[in-house]
Amino acid sequence: MDPIIFLNAGIATGTILLFATLGAVLSERAGVLNLGVEGMMLLGAMTAYSTAVSTGSPWLGVVLAMLVAGALALLHGLVTISFQADQVVSGLALTFLGTGLSLVFGEGLTKAGITTLLPKFSIPGFSLIPAVGPIFFQNQSIMVYFGYALIPLVWFYIYHTRPGLHLRAIGENPGAADAMGVHVLRLRYVYVFVGGALAGLAGATISLAVSPGWFSEGTTGGLGWIAVGLVIFAQWDPLRAAFGSYAFGALRRFILDVQGPKELFGLANPFFYNPNFGYFLQMLPYAFTIIVLILGARSATRRRIGAPAALGLPYVRGQRGK
Amino acid sequence: MNDAIVYRSRMPFAIKIEPRMSVPRWLGPVVNIAAVVVALLLGMVILAVVGGDPFATYAHIAQSAFGDRYVFSDTLVKATPLILVGLGCSLAFRMKLWNIGAEGQLYIGALCASACVLTGFITPATPQVLALALMMAAGMLGGALWGLVPGFLKARLGLNEIIITLMMNYIALALVNFFVFAVWSEGGFAQSKTFPRNAWLPRASEYAATFDFLSGLTTHWGIVIALVAVVIMWYVISRSRWGYEIRLTGDNPRAANYAGMPIVRNTILVMMVSGALAGLAGMSEISGVVHRLQGTISPGYGFTGIIIAWLSKLNPFAVVLSSILFGGLILAGREIQPSGIPRLIQGMILFMLIASDVLLRYRVRIVRTR
Repeated sequence: MDPIIFLNAGIATGTILLFATLGAVLSERAGVLNLGVEGMMLLGAMTAYSTAVSTGSPWLGVVLAMLVAGALALLHGLVTISFQADQVVSGLALTFLGTGLSLVFGEGLTKAGITTLLPKFSIPGFSLIPAVGPIFFQNQSIMVYFGYALIPLVWFYIYHTRPGLHLRAIGENPGAADAMGVHVLRLRYVYVFVGGALAGLAGATISLAVSPGWFSEGTTGGLGWIAVGLVIFAQWDPLRAAFGSYAFGALRRFILDVQGPKELFGLANPFFYNPNFGYFLQMLPYAFTIIVLILGARSATRRRIGAPAALGLPYVRGQRGK
Repeated sequence: MNDAIVYRSRMPFAIKIEPRMSVPRWLGPVVNIAAVVVALLLGMVILAVVGGDPFATYAHIAQSAFGDRYVFSDTLVKATPLILVGLGCSLAFRMKLWNIGAEGQLYIGALCASACVLTGFITPATPQVLALALMMAAGMLGGALWGLVPGFLKARLGLNEIIITLMMNYIALALVNFFVFAVWSEGGFAQSKTFPRNAWLPRASEYAATFDFLSGLTTHWGIVIALVAVVIMWYVISRSRWGYEIRLTGDNPRAANYAGMPIVRNTILVMMVSGALAGLAGMSEISGVVHRLQGTISPGYGFTGIIIAWLSKLNPFAVVLSSILFGGLILAGREIQPSGIPRLIQGMILFMLIASDVLLRYRVRIVRTR
């Protein structure tokens, strides 16, 4: 197991989580918790692959995946923002709905065969940097590079622009934001849509770049839920989100790759000779999410960092917040 | 301040949305049923879009789930774990604890119950009542343990129980798979050997000698256990002091805290009981239906339980009716193409239920303006 190859693949897997997590960060910063990431991601993956198969254009697939997943998120927006329904239950319903829709419309897609995928390339010059180059800039999908660009963009947007200030305001104190003339409900819809679109992009990244194809529910395999957990670990910060996403991507790759070679560090590889240990490896990402949350809870209490104050609460103009 | 919102148009009327001061008793159930009907209609539309025959499909679902007493008996078999899981979810949701780990708790319950048999603790010579009681206890214990972890983390560290319970689902599944494949595999297949007869929950058909009409029915004792659990849960939630604490904590945690209620302890306990009920569902499945431990015990019973709890408005008796409805859907759904349809319908029902809640809080009126 070459660490360079495994980290290179880990970054690609992490990019999936990166898009979904950044989307969830934006949506939650606006005060709307959307637990439907898994469902939106699955719908995005299905839409992207299905479009690419039928039209031959992966780009059209990416665009449609973002639109469709965004539209699904808007349903969540309608129910939670306008109808003031419970965000937790609505998000769960969205997961069921997204999964159901993808299974129904993705019927038969498993056997659809191969299609044109998103391009992969190396960045000239950068890929020659020792260690860093081969991991980050060599033969990566275009989505990975797009991910690199998105991290500072989102960070700058949230902390250093006026719309970013409004975004934080509607999540922390919607009443005050409203009084200042910010359209709280309209903006919340916008960010719910953006969150959904990014989850859709994450889905498209799976089916058209990282692990091409459509494998029903196995396509996402809980990545959406890990993204929801990562947001908490990231303390709603895009840079921490990026770090967490890539680390988890690497972990997921590690689990796949560690079972391959016959020898590990010169010793007989127990995971190769007894595949039953693999079940414990499978638990790792999920166990790690829990551990990371436990560790994060401690540092969050110490540094007094919490969720956006209005996260999960509907905003009704003129009604005193809780 | 609760002003009405008025949407004006050029038409000689306006739509007025105003908050309700009181909700009529009949409105809740009516809105609930309407939501289910609308969800089913939307399901038909989607079926038609993907090229299916909506009427034939629905007729098929009704026929193969409720058509005669034999299939209805099968529907009850599917409803049994759903009732138990739905009860568990209802209890947790009462306290606004989002336990969505029932699926994992069910699997761990099944694992622990089968461990009693497969480790040789229960031998074919053990009296049946004792064997079943042991398995039930083990199943509940396993489920409770799987609920204890998120309950503890929620109560002590304030961690989000949704994420933890969900992650523990995946861990449970991998753990069961490990035991099924690596420890108790029978001939390399994803299943253990069949349990001895004394570890089986008796089926209705076994009493056919005494009661003629029971012959050929697959419903097992699990349904009786589930119904007993319903009555106990109703008593606990509506009549006991503990139930009162749970309800108050769910509705107004601050008031509960001022009243000196042990919120931390109750959070952990509720998660454990919720998990224990799911664990019992797992025991009932392996002991009453498949009679062995295998990797695929549940077609998502744990998740359907969430919808059932919501559809029943957390009322234990309504859980029974909802479970039968969804039991039928799951039973009939196995033969429906595309295979995602039952899942889609479930999602739509839950979504419509939540969306329709707004009708209980607001009144929409059309008023003349000219």
